[in-house]
Amino acid sequence: MPLALIVEQLLNGLQLGLMLFLLAAGLTLVFGIMDTINLAHGSLYMIGAYLAATVTEAAGSFLIGILAAVIGTAAIGAALEIALFRSLYRRSHLTQVLATFALILIANELVRIVWGSQPISLNMPASLSGPIEPVAGFRYPAYRLVVIVAGIAVGLLLYVGVTNTRVGMWVRAAASDREMASAMGVRTSRLFTFVFAAGAGLCAVAGALLGPLLAVQVGMGENILILAFVVIVIGGIGSVRGALVGSLLIGIVDTAGRAFLPALFRVLFPPAISSEAGPALASILIYVLMASVLFFRPRGLFPARG
Amino acid sequence: MRDSFHISLSPGATAAAVAALVLLPIALNAVDQSFYIVLATRILIFGLIATSLNLVIGYAGMISFGHAAFVGAGAYTAALLIRGGFDSAWIAWPSGALAGALLALVVGAVSLRTRGVYFIMITLAFAQMVYYVIVSLKILGGDDGLNVPHRPVIGLGVDLRSDAHFYYVVLAIFVLLLAVLRRFLNAGMGRAIQGIRDNETRMEAIGFATYRLKLSCFVAAGAVAGLGGGMIAALNGFVSPSLLQWQQSGLLMVMVILGGAGRFLGGMLGAAVLLGADEILSDYTTHGSLGVGIVLLLVVLVSPQGLSSLVRRQLG
Repeated sequence: MPLALIVEQLLNGLQLGLMLFLLAAGLTLVFGIMDTINLAHGSLYMIGAYLAATVTEAAGSFLIGILAAVIGTAAIGAALEIALFRSLYRRSHLTQVLATFALILIANELVRIVWGSQPISLNMPASLSGPIEPVAGFRYPAYRLVVIVAGIAVGLLLYVGVTNTRVGMWVRAAASDREMASAMGVRTSRLFTFVFAAGAGLCAVAGALLGPLLAVQVGMGENILILAFVVIVIGGIGSVRGALVGSLLIGIVDTAGRAFLPALFRVLFPPAISSEAGPALASILIYVLMASVLFFRPRGLFPARG
Repeated sequence: MRDSFHISLSPGATAAAVAALVLLPIALNAVDQSFYIVLATRILIFGLIATSLNLVIGYAGMISFGHAAFVGAGAYTAALLIRGGFDSAWIAWPSGALAGALLALVVGAVSLRTRGVYFIMITLAFAQMVYYVIVSLKILGGDDGLNVPHRPVIGLGVDLRSDAHFYYVVLAIFVLLLAVLRRFLNAGMGRAIQGIRDNETRMEAIGFATYRLKLSCFVAAGAVAGLGGGMIAALNGFVSPSLLQWQQSGLLMVMVILGGAGRFLGGMLGAAVLLGADEILSDYTTHGSLGVGIVLLLVVLVSPQGLSSLVRRQLG
C-alpha cells in the first residue's frame, strides 16, 4: 500500500476527528456541567450549516458566512438555554432525552419549512477548491487542509480557554462539582448560558466547515450527533481532554477502518466472506471500540468527576 | 395501606375495551372504512412493542435507547424465513421473538454493567451497530431492505391475507401477552423488578440477584419486540433498515413516555396517540412532525407522568 494513500487517509481521519471535537466539546460540557443530555446538539450543527450557506450565498463571502453562522447559532443556543434548557437541568435523563428529541423533530420541520426538503449547496471559496502539493508527489485538497488548520486553531483556542482562563476555571469547577462551584461564588446560571451558547457556536463552526464537503440537508445533524456521543462516552463525560482524545481516536479509527479494512479482508479471507464482512466490520468499528472501552472502563477514559 | 404495585384492571372496563376492539373491524367495514383496519393492526403491534419497552423503562428503570434493534432483528428473521420457504407463522414469528431475545441477551449482558447515562448511550451504540451491519450486508438487501413476498400461513381456518383476519390474530396475541404481563408484574418477580427500579442497592442487600433479574426483564422485552417485528414484516410486506434507525428507538420511547412510563397501558396509549395523530396530520400537512414535536415537548414539560396521569387527574 503506497505511503501517500496512508498519509491521505490519516489526514482525512484527523479532519473528521477535529470536526467531531468541535461538536463533542460543547456536548460534553453541557453533559458534564449541567448533567443534561442534549440530543438537539446536532440540530444546532444543522442550523449552523444552513445559516452559513444562506449568508455565504447572499454576501458572496465564505468567511462572512461562517462568522454570521457562529453568531446566529450562538444566539439561538443562548435563547434555547434560557427558554427551555434551564427547566430541564433538574429533570431526569429520560425527560431530557424526550424533550430534546422533540426539539430535533421541531428543528427539522422548521428547517424544511424555511429552506425546503432538498439539500442546499454551500460552496467552498474558489481559491481553495483545487488540490495542493505540500510535498513533491503528494497532492491533497486545499480546502480539507484549511479545515484541518482551522480545526486545530479553534481546538487550541478552546483548550487554552478551558485550561488557562478564569471562565475556563469556573467551567472546570462546575463540571467537577456544580454545588461546590456555586457555593464558592461562581454565578452558575450565567455560566450555563455562556457555555451553552459557546457550544452552539462551535457547532456552527463545524457545520459551516463541513458544509462544502457533505450535503447541507435536513437530518445532517443526527448522524454526526451519534458520533459525537460515542466520542464523549469514550472520553469520559464532562472532560474536554477526553473529548479531544476520543474525537481523534474515533476520527482516525473510523476513516482508517473504512479505507483499509476491506482491503485487509480481501487478503485474509476468500472473496465470498470478505466482500460482505469487510465493509460491515468497518462501519461498526467505532461502536465496537466504544462498547469495549465501556466494558473495561465504564466511566470512559478520562472521567471528569473523581 | 393501598398496594401501589398491584395492577388492578376493572373486569367490566377490560371486557368493554376488548369487546370494542373485537367489534372495530366490523364497524369499520360497515362505514366502508376498512382501510383503517391495517392502521388499527399497526397500532396494536406498536402498542405491544411499546409495552415491552415500558416494562424495561417504566417498570425496571432501565432507560434503553436501542429497542428498535430488537424489532429489526425479529422483522429480518421473519422476512428471511418467509422468503426461504418457511411460510408458517408458527415458525416465522416465534423465530423473530427468539432473535429479539438472543440479541437482547448479548446487548443486555454487556450494557447492564454500566449505569445511568452510560447505559443509555451503550444501548444506542449497540442498536447502531446492528443497523450498520444490516445496511452493509448485501444478503439483507442493504439500504433497500427485503420484500416479504406473501403473508405467512397460520392454519386453524384463519387466512392472514385478509386484513381483518390478520387484525384478529394480532389482537389475540396482544390480549394474551398483556394478560401474561399483568400476572408477571403482580407476582413476586415483577415486584422485585420494580423494587430494583426504586432502590437497587437495597434490593441487592436483601439478597435479590439484581443483575440477573434486570437481564431477564431485558431479554423478555427483546423477545416481545422481536415478535412485534416479525408481525410488522408480515403486515407491511417488506422490511427495511429504517425499522431500526435510532429515531425509531426514540419514537418508541416517546410512545412510552407519552402514554405514561410505568403505567400498565401506557405503551398502548402512547402508540395509539402517536400513530393516530401521525395518520390524521398527514392528511392535512406534510409538516406533521412539527406538531408531534411541540405536543411531546409540552407533555414532557407539563405532565412528566404522561397522558395517562392527565386522564387520571381529570377523572379524580
